[in-house]
Amino acid sequence: MSTLAPPRFRLESIAVWRRNALVWRRLMTASLLLHFGEPFLYLLGIGYGLGRFVGELDGIPYFTFLASGFIAWSAMNVASMESMWSVYTRMVPQQTYEAILATPAQVDDIVIGELLWCGSKSLVSGTAILAVAAVLGAVNDWTALLAIPVIFLTGVCFAAPGLIITAYARAYEYFNFYMTLVMTPMFILCGVFYPVSSLPGPVQSAVQFLPLTHAVEIIRPIVVGQPITDLGFHLAALGGFGLVTTWIATALFRRRLIQ
Amino acid sequence: MVAVADLSFDIQPRSCFGLLGPNGAGKTTTLRMLLGQSPRSGGMLEVFGQDIDEGRKAIRQRTGIVPQADNLDPDFTVRENLLMYGSYFRLDSTVMSERIPGLLDMVELAPRADDRIETLSGGMKRRLTLARALINDPQLLVLDEPTTGLDPQARHMIWSLIHQMKRAGKTILLTTHYMEEAERLCDELIVIDDGSLLAQGSPAELIEKYCESDVLEIRGEVEGIPIDSLPQAWRTEKAGDSLYLYANDAQGLVQFSQHLTDMVCLHRRSGLEDVFLRLTGRALRG
Repeated sequence: MSTLAPPRFRLESIAVWRRNALVWRRLMTASLLLHFGEPFLYLLGIGYGLGRFVGELDGIPYFTFLASGFIAWSAMNVASMESMWSVYTRMVPQQTYEAILATPAQVDDIVIGELLWCGSKSLVSGTAILAVAAVLGAVNDWTALLAIPVIFLTGVCFAAPGLIITAYARAYEYFNFYMTLVMTPMFILCGVFYPVSSLPGPVQSAVQFLPLTHAVEIIRPIVVGQPITDLGFHLAALGGFGLVTTWIATALFRRRLIQ
Repeated sequence: MVAVADLSFDIQPRSCFGLLGPNGAGKTTTLRMLLGQSPRSGGMLEVFGQDIDEGRKAIRQRTGIVPQADNLDPDFTVRENLLMYGSYFRLDSTVMSERIPGLLDMVELAPRADDRIETLSGGMKRRLTLARALINDPQLLVLDEPTTGLDPQARHMIWSLIHQMKRAGKTILLTTHYMEEAERLCDELIVIDDGSLLAQGSPAELIEKYCESDVLEIRGEVEGIPIDSLPQAWRTEKAGDSLYLYANDAQGLVQFSQHLTDMVCLHRRSGLEDVFLRLTGRALRG
């Protein structure tokens, strides 16, 4: 098998996904507390507190605006953390992949299984925020549930670059570069807190190259109950980014794990 | 960097084949290449008559691997480790629920089935790793230094399990640097160093070919022993503060030892260890 061949999906990847899901189920209470508790506090504090001064943005109450941005950001954040810290833990200290590679499962199955798992974790956290937002009265229509598959897709697309970083990582500290240089700028610039249209012109163009922008542009209208503008473009940008990074991550993991 | 070069061997089905060599000789690299876990730059590698790349999945279905370092899954219990590993083979859960109790009994871990991995001793972890490698009822069992770091009881238990596997008709490929282990378990073995073949044969054949029948090991002030006046046919080797005298003359060695009153003398039959040291030298390895 060539290192650069496109990744192949096999059912063994589901076994890798299932392994992580079973471990997570054991610690589910703590995890859910985090996923529900944090957005609850953030939304109450920032959404209501700041919302009183901001009022509406783009014709959307600030609380709802922020909640929908948080959903997209959380999908990115959870998938990134999982694909870096947790995957590194399984790869290096626990040697879980070494054990898996002694079975018919292959590197591609590990990569795809982990991507699906990261997407699943994003789905849990994003849906939790959506639920909290609904309970607090920020969501008006059941169509907001259509955001769930997009949350999953967002998680998968952000897990892939996380895996690329992990494939090069020699220690946990390595991930701080990506956090500070890539994730934080996206958190600040990609429309989570304010509309991208309020940025200076050149910056507006630049943030089109950041995938979180497109995740926000899809998720926000769904949650708010507005029509999505340029859905095809945003999906292609997000999905294309995910596909390219998945391919690169697979090649890098083949090199890292088969040596 | 070349780890393995010019190495060629065949393994007979249902036999135990040993891969021996000092640390850094290329044993693990050879195994990893054979299992497709390390890239190879050339040469032919076949398992069950299939090229290891083309037949990877089919080969894996019929192979059980016990790696050198424990990589049991710390997030699961003893039983769950077997279940999880079986799921990577996509084994049916009914098949696994039939197999797992038998495997746990065999490695004497049934009472620990629901314990976490971190509560197990080193010997128990090895046994569980062996049970895990058997979850797919493999025809080929690959063991990379299966008893390194174990106490004598645990080592004997692993040996008896390997014997059991042999009787069950499995083909076994084993690396070790314990000569006693190779002598007990292997039908045939090769000695490698610097990635190439030094010798091949059964333990008895190798001892016969590379070593005199008897050895006298002398410890103490060995500098005073007049080596030059010993019979021509005797071979001497010095290692640390010991002197080894090799000869096909047991009686002569014993008589000689009786003159060495203030030294510790040990007379024994030559073993694989003597062959190994002769072939790979006595220098320390990293």
